[in-house]
Order: sequence, then structure tokens, then C-alpha cells
Amino acid sequence: MTDLTTTYLGLRLRTPIVASASPLNGEPATARLVEEAGASAIVLPSLFEEEIVHEDIHLNRSLEAGVGHAEAQDYFPGIDAFPTVADRYLSKLAAIVAQSSVPVIASLNATSTGAWARYAARIEDAGAAALELNLYHVAADPTQDAAARETADLEIVHAVRAAVAIPLAVKLSPYYSAMACFASRVVDAGADGLVLFNRFYQPDIDLDLLEVVNHVELSTPNELRLPLRWIAILRPQLGPSVSLAATSGVHAGTDVVKALMAGADVAMLTSAVLRNGPRHLGRVEDELCAWLREREYDSVAQLRGSATQTTSGYASKFERANYVQTLHSWSPPVHWPSG
Amino acid sequence: MGRSRCVDGNEAAASVAYALSEVIALYPITPASPMGEHCDDWANAGRTNLWGAVPDVVEMQSEAGAAGALHGALQKGALATTFTASQGLLLMIPNMFKIAGELTPAVVHVAARTIATHALSIFGDHSDVMHARATGWAMLAAGSVQEAQDFALVAHAATLRSRIPFLHFFDGFRTSHEIDKIDTLTDDDIAVLVRDEDVLAFRARGMTPEAPVVRGTAQNPDVFFQAREACNPYHDAVPGIVEEVFDELAARTGRHYGLVEYHGAVDADRVIVLMGSAAGALEETVDDLNAAGEHVGMVRVRLFQPFPTAALLAALPPTVRSIAVLDRTKEPGAVGEPLYLSVLAALAEAMDTDAPPFARLPRVIGGRYGLSSKEVTPSMLKPVFDALAEERPRKHFTIGIVDDVTHLSLPIDATFTHRRPEHEVQAVFFGLGSDGTVGATKSSVKIIGEHTDLFAQGYFVYDSKKSGSVTVSHLRFGPDPIRSTYLIDDADFVACHQIGLLERLPVLASARKGATFLLSAPLPTDEVWDRLPPAVQREIVEKDIELWVIDAERVAREAGMGNRINTVMQPCFFQLAGVLPPEEAIAHIKAAVEATYARRGRATIERNFAAIDLALANLHRIEVPSSLPAADGVVPAAADDEPDFVVRVTRRLLAFDGDRLPVSALPVDGTFPTGTTKYEKRGIASEIPIWDPDVCIDCGKCAIVCPHAAIRMKVFDADIAAAAPNWFLTKAFRSKDLADHHLVIQVAPDDCTGCGVCVDVCPAKSKTDMSHKAIDMAPVADHVELERRRWDHYLTIPELDRDLLPHDSVKGSQVLEPLFEFSGACAGCGETPYLKLVSQLFGDRMVVANATGCSSIYGANLPTTPWTTNAEGRGPAWSNSLFEDNAEFGLGLRLGVDAQHEHARVLLGRLASVVGDQLVTALLDNQQDTEAQIREQRTLVATLKDRLRDVDHPDAARLASVASNLVRQGVWLVGGDGWAYDIGFGGLDHVLSSGRNVNVLVLDTEVYSNTGGQASKATQRGAVAKFAAGGKATGKKDLGAIARAYGNVYVAQISMGANELQTTKALLEADAWPGPSLVIAYSTCIAHGIDMRLSMSHQKDAVRSGYWPLYRYRPSEIDGGQPFSLDSKAPTIPVREFAASEARYAILERTDPARAHELAALLQADVDERWAYYEQLVQIRRTVPHLDDEVGEP
Repeated sequence: MTDLTTTYLGLRLRTPIVASASPLNGEPATARLVEEAGASAIVLPSLFEEEIVHEDIHLNRSLEAGVGHAEAQDYFPGIDAFPTVADRYLSKLAAIVAQSSVPVIASLNATSTGAWARYAARIEDAGAAALELNLYHVAADPTQDAAARETADLEIVHAVRAAVAIPLAVKLSPYYSAMACFASRVVDAGADGLVLFNRFYQPDIDLDLLEVVNHVELSTPNELRLPLRWIAILRPQLGPSVSLAATSGVHAGTDVVKALMAGADVAMLTSAVLRNGPRHLGRVEDELCAWLREREYDSVAQLRGSATQTTSGYASKFERANYVQTLHSWSPPVHWPSG
Repeated sequence: MGRSRCVDGNEAAASVAYALSEVIALYPITPASPMGEHCDDWANAGRTNLWGAVPDVVEMQSEAGAAGALHGALQKGALATTFTASQGLLLMIPNMFKIAGELTPAVVHVAARTIATHALSIFGDHSDVMHARATGWAMLAAGSVQEAQDFALVAHAATLRSRIPFLHFFDGFRTSHEIDKIDTLTDDDIAVLVRDEDVLAFRARGMTPEAPVVRGTAQNPDVFFQAREACNPYHDAVPGIVEEVFDELAARTGRHYGLVEYHGAVDADRVIVLMGSAAGALEETVDDLNAAGEHVGMVRVRLFQPFPTAALLAALPPTVRSIAVLDRTKEPGAVGEPLYLSVLAALAEAMDTDAPPFARLPRVIGGRYGLSSKEVTPSMLKPVFDALAEERPRKHFTIGIVDDVTHLSLPIDATFTHRRPEHEVQAVFFGLGSDGTVGATKSSVKIIGEHTDLFAQGYFVYDSKKSGSVTVSHLRFGPDPIRSTYLIDDADFVACHQIGLLERLPVLASARKGATFLLSAPLPTDEVWDRLPPAVQREIVEKDIELWVIDAERVAREAGMGNRINTVMQPCFFQLAGVLPPEEAIAHIKAAVEATYARRGRATIERNFAAIDLALANLHRIEVPSSLPAADGVVPAAADDEPDFVVRVTRRLLAFDGDRLPVSALPVDGTFPTGTTKYEKRGIASEIPIWDPDVCIDCGKCAIVCPHAAIRMKVFDADIAAAAPNWFLTKAFRSKDLADHHLVIQVAPDDCTGCGVCVDVCPAKSKTDMSHKAIDMAPVADHVELERRRWDHYLTIPELDRDLLPHDSVKGSQVLEPLFEFSGACAGCGETPYLKLVSQLFGDRMVVANATGCSSIYGANLPTTPWTTNAEGRGPAWSNSLFEDNAEFGLGLRLGVDAQHEHARVLLGRLASVVGDQLVTALLDNQQDTEAQIREQRTLVATLKDRLRDVDHPDAARLASVASNLVRQGVWLVGGDGWAYDIGFGGLDHVLSSGRNVNVLVLDTEVYSNTGGQASKATQRGAVAKFAAGGKATGKKDLGAIARAYGNVYVAQISMGANELQTTKALLEADAWPGPSLVIAYSTCIAHGIDMRLSMSHQKDAVRSGYWPLYRYRPSEIDGGQPFSLDSKAPTIPVREFAASEARYAILERTDPARAHELAALLQADVDERWAYYEQLVQIRRTVPHLDDEVGEP
């Protein structure tokens, strides 16, 4: 029997297959299915500060909407209290924690330092085993240079680290200009692990409505390449005590294998689970086991980090030369599309 | 002893009523609605009554229904109450006779309000309660917020002891909506006065099969009379019982009340008697006059019925020589008003005894005051004492107005004003309904009243608009109890929250010399002075006013507060007014914010805090120059072409100067000219739509959806376009029906509310910039001058010939002139686009019966009306009767039209030989199915009238008087869902069954919009509304299905935002169907909790989700006809997707997720089931039973 156990953020996990943030994980009923399908840990979808603020402001305004008329000073019954997005998130988190035998990791995406720390503390109180900070910014401000952006992000990590005692992971986007340096600073700021990478929702254009629209596109397996590279680079740099999670493009058991080889402690799945249902997690685990068994691996520990930048002996493959080689290896299709 | 709290009269009364009731059956009506709403909120929060139970708060379909439910609950032995006012009280009267006749303890709390006569008025007087005099109920009058609380308890206690039901009333608005600092009653206080034995005795009389009785028998001449007299001892005992309860209350609380109370000189020779809130102003007047050496007094009557004669006689000083009795009601034709008659009769009877109280009967005169909340001030009351000193005063008089017709009014003595109490601070705030000014000033009253030893009073004045409405808050603070029950005219502090109001209102008129003026202006500080209107500058200089300025809009924006500048202005008030140390005040403001939002989200709290913190740093004092600028008035100058009535009356009303109009200026019968909103030019939009003809695709959607007819479309000859000035934009009109024409889309910049609905629906986007539409919202300041010129030019372009384009298209309907324009409806209103469309299609030949509600308020609340006329002077004739009777009223109009039409036909027959057989035949045979035929009929009628002028026959004048009825007229019955589904349903059903040709347009907002969002039977399942705080448990009534059951009623369900074409078709078909028609129009409303800019998009989603299916049921007389056509497609999105975007549904997801999910599932099931049912209806075959020679279909 192959030993599938792994340690992520100090949490002992049955397998390296983690269900990352998806709507399924946010509801107790579906989170239970995800756990039953074999997820070794469950990451809740992010609690977004914008969503909290938007709902709070919008609902309060709607409830207080009035036109200043003698006959109607307001239009809704007196409502002293309503649970905010955060309240509801935390109560669902508590419910999922209560029903789960696997670690439940909460996720947070805030915009202001105070809010990061406040919500992080409440998440800890609600029983999360760990917290994943989701640093989701599009660096569109032309007056803010890379250093300023990174400094601001590091301040957030510091603030949250100070606010909670539970393990802390930071989910990064791949767009930092000096990723290796920044990753190490994030760890220095108190992160116990990194989750690589965030997928930004990219806008699209609706040609019928002539409108810019946002909708979620699920990932494809080839998106795994990017995290693979950076995990392979970072694993030796950050050392074994820092947890690394691969996310984006993990769809099959073989993807998990690759992630582990590159140095990840866990591989996280969302798109494949959404596309195929929670039971897909079981199939991925079976595939992983089959691959390990076939090649007579005793444990995933053996596999982990076997193909990092240093261990693989192909250091350059994870850096620029990789690009050159890839480019040269491309061959044109036999027939170009006509027209 | 309870703690001190700042509450209004409604809350004060309701808190006691709630504590003492097991059943509360009610129906919303201004100004009593908040009493019921408080009870509903308390019940939802689980608050218990005195006996530990949560009262059952039940909203009924009308006040008649509420009274019936009240009667039933009482008969079962349950303690029950209700709240009402005005017409609502009138609807309760039949049951009130029964309840009193059966000696049943009950209390109705009334926020006394004007009865509609020549006009409706929501404001306060005693005309409603005085019409309950004959019911046998005891009547107890409270004159202040404290009394409204205390007398509520006295009424409940006394009714249980006496078995006589009590009508407890206080003045609508002046007391019901005034916030005062009062000492609250504790449950223990209440328990002491409400004795267990009385409650048990009442309960024991309740109906039970364990000890059956019959009550409510029919009696015959032999015993009815005797039985009616049997109750006398109970009525006789009431004054003594009330006195007993008053005494017990005094023992418990230290607050002493009498049945009647005297105040003034012990040797007064002149006394005024009155009841209600005006006693406060009268008390001040009496004290000031006595301080000046006069000998006057006053009697306030607390128990009006049974009339406490003995107490009155005991209260009057023996020195009194003349008495004026003031009534706040009018009973035309009576010898005098009720209180006057009661006092006079009591005195006369007393004089005719062995021990008469006076040597000779004092002179008694009677006066009317304060109708419809007309101000009552010491300046008005002092002349009454003057009159009493005259040798031969008028027996009957009025005060507070100038009656230059019957000359009954006493002059106002402007030189006599109440001496301001020492250390009292008076503050007046001008703001907009939408900027939160009233909320902030209410909060300030509570902060000061509840955190200091000072007394505090807040009173709030609203105008009649629902968009851009102006509010004025009057606040008094002082170390002594505040008695002044009138507006402030000597303010220490004036705040104007919107600089634009300085142009429209005499903002500084109430400022005393040396006052502080706080102005919010979106201007650099150094520009503010120069931008003030000259008249305001002069007033500031002359009154030596200290001027402070803040750009509150900017600060609010920076703090993320949008246009809610209240939180910015409030700290500034405390900083400048000196009522509280600013730091302490700010701590209290923040605590108040925290208390409100503590359990409704941090973000709102943080934004409020940010606004508070930013406020004082942005407050600047402006140096006022010593020189006086040139004089100028604030009343806008009238244009040369304005009608005389507008100049004499409307302009004065618009300038808030209506109080000074004399009686002769007003119509004697409530008849007003139409078409007056166009003179307002309110200029309330901050952004207006700007048209780009290069992008426009000529669809007309912007015009059809505009709630205010403020963006319009005209199509005209190419020659006109060529002659237009170059700054007037036009484009070639694309139409298969009409070549060589041009088009303009034009905004009326001063009439637009800036709602943005037109931009939301505009489908045309620039090819080079997708974010640019054919119309975009743009800052008004950048465009207003040019757009005004364009609008003026637009008006000079002639209307297109109505026959050139088919009316059943958006373009075709939108080139028709709207005869409903610039109403005061909410920005983004979902109702008004339908009315405007109806006015475009049929306006020159329609008569409107309008149920009371939003549409009657924006339709005809003075000062102006949006219903208007075309160039020929034709337009909708409009009238409002009541809320409950609109269908019957409309049918009556139809009957009137038909009777006059028939009379005209008879007379035509008689006079055929004189006016010409050919003309008569043409008149009688014209079917008038098309507009061309209708125009032809008008020409024929004009010819007829011409010929009749030369006919010397008595029938000629008769025919001339009814000849216009030979032209086809449409009778439209307009109202909201509260009318059609609830209070007016019985009448509507009857009218639909009549087969008569009426067109019913139901503007269905699924909630009582006008009174503030109470649930109706149109409210759908799961929606949160007042009286449905936990989401409405039952589904929406299918009004259309009920109407369709008749078979011969045209029924349509429409939604303009989803399908303008179907909407237009349905209205055309309804008009064409010669029988009854019912069109139910989905109307978005501010009460839905949506962004009103997206009003039409919400309508579209309602249809896409199947929440609001579109259909037309066209009765057919063709055998095998299939009358039902389902006009919307099968649902493409789940209802939850639609519902999630509306706060009325979304809030339940937060407050009660489990119930929300359950109700959402049921709502989806409602929608699915209804859709399946409607799909089956498409197949049904029905034929309207008919005689063979009368086959037709719309």
C-alpha cells in the first residue's frame, strides 16, 4: 500500500489531493460530498471584502431608500439585523468545520489592511484549520511601481500573520516581476506556505450585446505548466519547511504526480471537480495510486521534489533555456487552415 | 417611572396599544400607518404584550375589514385594537356603532386627519373624528406626544372599566409625526391601571360554545327603543371613570390630567376652549397676554364625549364674560362646529338650573382653525382674545387664513409673537428627501433629548413630490418643556443641505438676527459668496448672519456615502449650534450609527464614521462683506404666456407662499386647470441624457420608458429640419412607413429627474466606443444651457400628423404627443410610463377615474398636475373620488358619458329636420373605429353646434350641452394594486361584471407604494414588505384569472420593460374592446429595493423568469375562438436569479435563510404552475355569448 500522506501547512493530510476554492466547498451539503469523494482538505471559496462592502452598502441603502415623502418615510419593515456576507461565510465555515473530518482551510481576499486582519481573526475563531490569503490584484495603477505593490502586499501578510495563530498560506498571482524574491519575502513576512497560482477572471466581449462581460472559464490541464515551473524553482529556494500547493490545471492523477515531483506538498483541484463532479477526486486519487504502484513508489514523500530545479539536473529547463527549447521544438501543422 | 425617550406620537400611542392587545387588525393610512408598522416590527422581533404573548398583527384589505376583524376579535373576548385616520375611520363607523351598541371595550387610536371634500388632504384636523360622534364611542383627545402615550393607556384602562369603547385621537402630523422627549410608561405602570378583574370580566363576555348566547339580534318596534336606552348608565359613568384613571395615572407617574383643564388668570374675563395640539400655542399666548396685564384663560378639553359638562363648568372661572370655542373641523350648514355646540349647549343647560354657574350666560362664539394642518400660532390666537373683548364680535369666524369672500377670518397679528423661552435653541434644516436630512435631524433630536437634561422637539415638513422632494426640519432644544406646536420663525441656526434650494425657497426667512447659517455647496470656499443669490446675500448682511460652508457632497462621496450628506452635516450642526460640546456630540453620533448598523454590517458604519471624521475639517466660515448687494426676489419670474391662474395661484404655491393666498384665489369646488407641471422647471437632475444622433437608431425606446416625459421624440418634415438652427440636432428618420422625414430626440433638462432609465434601455452603441450610447448621462451643468435652447426650439416644431405612423409600434406611439408630463413621481418610476403611453394613444378623448394612491398624488397633488392638453386644448379629464370606490366611480363616469350620448342621440332625432338629416345620419352612423373617423366626428359635432346656434328650440341648447358626447370617449379607471386587489376589489369585480365599456389600468407594484411599502394581495410569495417582514407566505392573487372568468372581459398582463410592443397593443385593444377591459401593468417601484436606473431591466428579468408572464385575453364572439395568447416566451432564467437582484427578496436570504429557501422554492413552484396553467389556456376555446347580429372581437 503506497503511503499517500503528506503535510501541508503543518496539517497531516491523508493524500496530497486537496479541493481548492470552489462554490461546492462553500456550502455544507456539497462540501460533505467533496470530502466523501476523497479530498484530503477543503479550501473554502474566498471571502471577498468587496462583496461584504457591496452588500452591506447596497442592502442598507435599499432598506433605507426613501423619497422624503410625508406618507412614506421608508419602504421596508424595520430590520434591526441581517447577517452580512462575512457573517454567513463564517457560519458556513463553522458548519463545514463541524461536519468535516479533514482540515478545512478558509480563504480571504480583502482590500484594506484593517479588514484583512479583522476577518482573518474571525475566520480563526470560526474554527478554520488554516487560512489562505488570496492576494488578487490587477496592477493597473500606473502610479504604483512594482516595489510599492509588493510592499503593500507584504504589509497585508504581516498584518494577518499578527492577527492569527493558525497556519497561513498565501495565494499569489504569477504576475510579480521578481517572483522568487517576492515569494521568499512573503515567507519572511510570516507565510507558512504558498499557493501557486491565482487565476484571474479575464473579461470577454459579448458581440451580441456589445458589452464587456465577466464569466468564469474553467482551467485546462496545460495551465499546470506555470505552477510547475515556479514550484520547481521555489522548492529548493524556500526549503522543506515552507509548504507549497500547486493549483490551476490540476485535472488528473498524473497532474498531481507532476506537481509533487516539482516540489508541491499538495495539488489542488477546482475546475475538474466542477466539470466532472466531486467523485472526480476519487478518480484522481485512483490514478495517482495506480501511477505510484506501477512504478513501485512507496510513498508520495519519495516523489515530492524529485524534479525541482536543483534535483532534476535540468536547472535551465525551468528558466529561460526552457523557452528556447520549447520554441524550437514547435513544428508547424501539416496543413495550414485555408483562407 | 419610565426613562426619558424621544419618540413621535405614533410610536408613543402604539407602544401602549401593543402592550395591551392580543389582536391588532389594521389597514395602512397616512398619518396613522406608522402605528401599525411599529406593532408589526415589534411582533416580528418577538416583543410581548403585558401578558407575555406576542400580539397577532393582521393587515386587512380595508379599514372596513379591519373594523370587522376588530369586532370579531372583541366578541370572542380578545383584547383588540386598531389604528386609523380620515377615510379609514369613516369606513369603520358601521362597526363602531355595533361595538358600542354591544358595550364592548375597545380602543381605536386615530392620528386625526382631514376628510376628503373638495380635495384630499393627508394632513391633520378633526374632521374625521368628529364624524364618529354618533357611534357611541367615548372620545379622548391628546394634545402632545406625552399625552398620546398616556391617553392611550387611559383609553385602554377606561374602556375595560366602563365597557364603552374609546376613540383616542391626536393631531395627524403635528402630534403623530412630531418627535418629543417624553417620560415613557413601564409595564408596571400599565399593569397598575389595567385591572385584571376588568380584563377577566371582558373575556368572560366573549362568545363560547361552553356558554352560548346570541348577540346581534334583529329587533322590532316593540323593544328596540327601550333596549337602545338600556346602555345609558354605562355612558353616564364614563367621565367619572376617566377621571378615576387620570388620578391613578397621576399617582403613579406624577402627571396630572383632567377631563377639561383650565390654564390662565383666575379672574379671566375671556377664555378660549379647544382640544388637541393647538393647546400648546394657546397656552403660550395666554401666558404672554397675562404677563402683559391682561386677564385671559383657556380650557383644553380632553374628554370630548361623553361631554364632561360638570368638569367644564367647574373649570371656567366665574369671572368669564366671553368664550371662544375653536374647532379644528368644518361642518358646512351647521349652526356651529361640534365643540362649539357642545360648550354652548352645556352652558345653556347649566344656566337653566336652580344654581346657574354664572350671573348671566357668557357670550359664546365659535371659530374654525387649523384645517389640514394649517399653522396655529400665537399671532393667530391672540386676535381671538381681541375679538372676545369686542362689544359685538362675530359669532362665527376663522383664524389663520384671509377670507376675503365671506369675511369670516380674524386678522393675523404679526406683531404678537411668543416670547422665546430663555436658553431655548431653535434650528431649521432645509434638505432633500433623498439626502437623509430628516434622518439626521431626527437623530440629533434623540441625541440631545436622550443624552442631556434638555427637552427636545422635532417636526418635519415635506412637500408633495416623490422625486426631488424638499424637506424642512424644525428642531427646538431647551431646559424647559417645549410647548410651541408650530413651525419655527425665529431660528438661531439654519442649515441648507442643498445650495439649489436658495433659488427656490425663502430659506433664511425664519433666521433671527445674528443667526448661524450652515450651507452645503459643491464649490470652492472662496467662490461661495459670489455664487449666492443676491437676495440671500442681502438677507445675510441685513440679519448679521454668520455663514459657514461645507462641500458636503464631496465629503460624502469621499467617505463612500453617495448622496447621503446627512452624516456630514450633522457634526457641523453640533459644532456650530452650541447645544452640546462637539466632541461629546460626535461620540453620540457615532454611537447612534453604531447602534443602527451594529448588526447590519461594518462597512456602513465605517463609511459613516469616515464622513463624520471628515466633516469638521471641511467646514469653513465665510467672511460676509458689509456692503449690500442689489435687491432681488426668490419667486421665479413668470413668463409672459403663462395662464392667469398659474400666475395668481400656482406660482405662489411653487414659491411656498400658498399660506398667504386669500380664499378668493382658490376654486370654490376643487376644480383646477390641467397642464401645470410644465411651469415648474424643477431642475432636480444632476445628470441628464445627451443625444448623439450619429449613434441613434430611431427606436424610440428612450422616449417610451421615460417616467417623466422628459425625453421625447419628434418626427418632422425635412424642410423643418433644414430650417432649424445649427445647434439643434436632427437626423434622417429611418422608417418603412415614412420617407423624407427627420427625427429629434430631445431632453427637457429642467424637467428630467436624471433617473437614467432611458440610457439603460438604449440599444444603440457607438461603433468606435462601445461604452458610448446614442444617449449618455452627462453632468447637467455642462449641458443645461444648450439643452434648454434646444428644448424650447423642440416645442416650436409641430406635432406629426397622427395618421402617418401606425400607433402599435414604439416609434409610432412615441411620435404622439404625451399628455402626461413632468410628474412628481419618483425618479425611475415604473408606473408613469404606462400613463404617459395611454395619454399619447387616447389622451384627447379620455376621462380618468384615479384611485387614491401614488398615481393620484403625482397625478394631482398641488401645486401642479402632469395631466395636460394638446394644441387644440383637448386632453384627459381627471378626477379622484376615493381609494375604495374607484371602480364604481369610473363606472359612474361611463354611465354619465353613455347617458349623455344617448340623450344626444334622442335630441338629434328630434332635431334632424332642423339641423339636417344628412348631418344627423353622418353623426349617428360614424363607427369611430379609427382616429380619422373620430376626427371626422369632431368636425361633424362642430358643424352641429354651429347650426344649433341658429335654432330657436328648447332642445337646441340641450343638444348643444351634450353634443360633445357624440364623440367617442374612453373611460380609464387607474389605480394601484392596493386598490384593485384589496380595498377596491369588490367594486372592481362588480364593474367588470357590468359589461360596460370601461378600461381598467392596474399599476401593479405588488405593494402599497404610496403609504410606504405594505404588503397587498398582489405581493408575491417570499417578498419582504411591511406586514410581511418574514416574506409573504402566500402567493399572488391572479386578478387576471378572476376577470377572465367572466369571459367577456378583455384582460392583459403587460410589462413595458419586457415588451413595449405587447404593452402598446394591449392598451390599443383594451380601448377598442367595447366591453370592460382590465390591463395589469408590472410597475417597478422604489419599494422593491432596486436601483431605479435599471427599472426596465428588472421588468425584463421579471418576464424572462416567468415571474410576470405577458398575455392577452381577447374575448371573441367568433365560434371556436381562442382568446388567450401567451405573449412571453417560456422562462429562460430561474426566478431566484431575478429575485436575488431585488432587496425585497434578497433581504430574506439574510434574515431567515431557511424560510427564504422554502419560500423561494414555493415561488418557483408558483411560477412553474402558473406557466403550465397559462400554456394550457392557450388551447382553450371560448365564445362570448352573443346574438347573431353582434359579432365582434377586438
